[in-house]
Amino acid sequence: MGRMLEMRRDRHANTTILSLSGEVDLHVSGELRQALLDELSQDRDVLIDMEGVGYIDSSGIASMIEGFQRARKAGRRFALARVPESAMRVLRIAQLDRVFLLLDTPDPDFEGR
Amino acid sequence: MTASKAFAAADGDSRPSPTMASDTVFELHLAARSRTLKIVRAAVTALGEDAGCSLKATEELVSAVDEACQNVIRHAYKKECDGRIVIKASCEGDRLVLRVVDFAEPVDPEKIRPRPLDELRPGGIGTRVIRACVDEVAFETPQQGAGNCLRLIKRIS
Repeated sequence: MGRMLEMRRDRHANTTILSLSGEVDLHVSGELRQALLDELSQDRDVLIDMEGVGYIDSSGIASMIEGFQRARKAGRRFALARVPESAMRVLRIAQLDRVFLLLDTPDPDFEGR
Repeated sequence: MTASKAFAAADGDSRPSPTMASDTVFELHLAARSRTLKIVRAAVTALGEDAGCSLKATEELVSAVDEACQNVIRHAYKKECDGRIVIKASCEGDRLVLRVVDFAEPVDPEKIRPRPLDELRPGGIGTRVIRACVDEVAFETPQQGAGNCLRLIKRIS
């Protein structure tokens, strides 16, 4: 069965933009988790560009929570950009739209927490 | 992918039951593995679209069924690879009824509760997604030989 998720990492100064394309589910959410933790372990801020995400489930959201928590602990910035409506619905259900920093554009110089 | 194609692509025993109620749209037999979730989503998307659901309602139904299957894979079968999931979909009046059946040890529904949202931690979101995305969700007595049967109902809107 073909791959469902493509991840591209673009490094800008201290920020990594992780661009996701495809579907994030239980089968691939471990890859997302690992990619986030890899970048954060290198003292980098992380911005996830979600424009290409057609579907995300709770395991994908859990990977993001872990990234967010790791970033907070390390004093790094963590944000999501261009979140599609279907993914926003899941974030709202989990009330994470109040927790994650959500951006309209994937700007590596984002102001954030 | 249409529901019939998804059915043909099912990984595992794909033979339908000898009898199938007239309102049954499909019965999908799958290996309880994460890679088969994609097939589940394709079939449920086709179901929602064919029934005349809006995009939002279809996406909600897909999320609910995907999360239910995920719970079976992760918690009922504890990620063991030889389990089976059966998804029965029927159209009953203005409602779509999905049953997610597994053959694992029966679970205690009282122990399956969404976590409080003020606790920020990975995990426990799936159950909340299921409840938010369908109109009714309940465990029902499974057929003989099955372990658990979760029934999801979504009004066609």
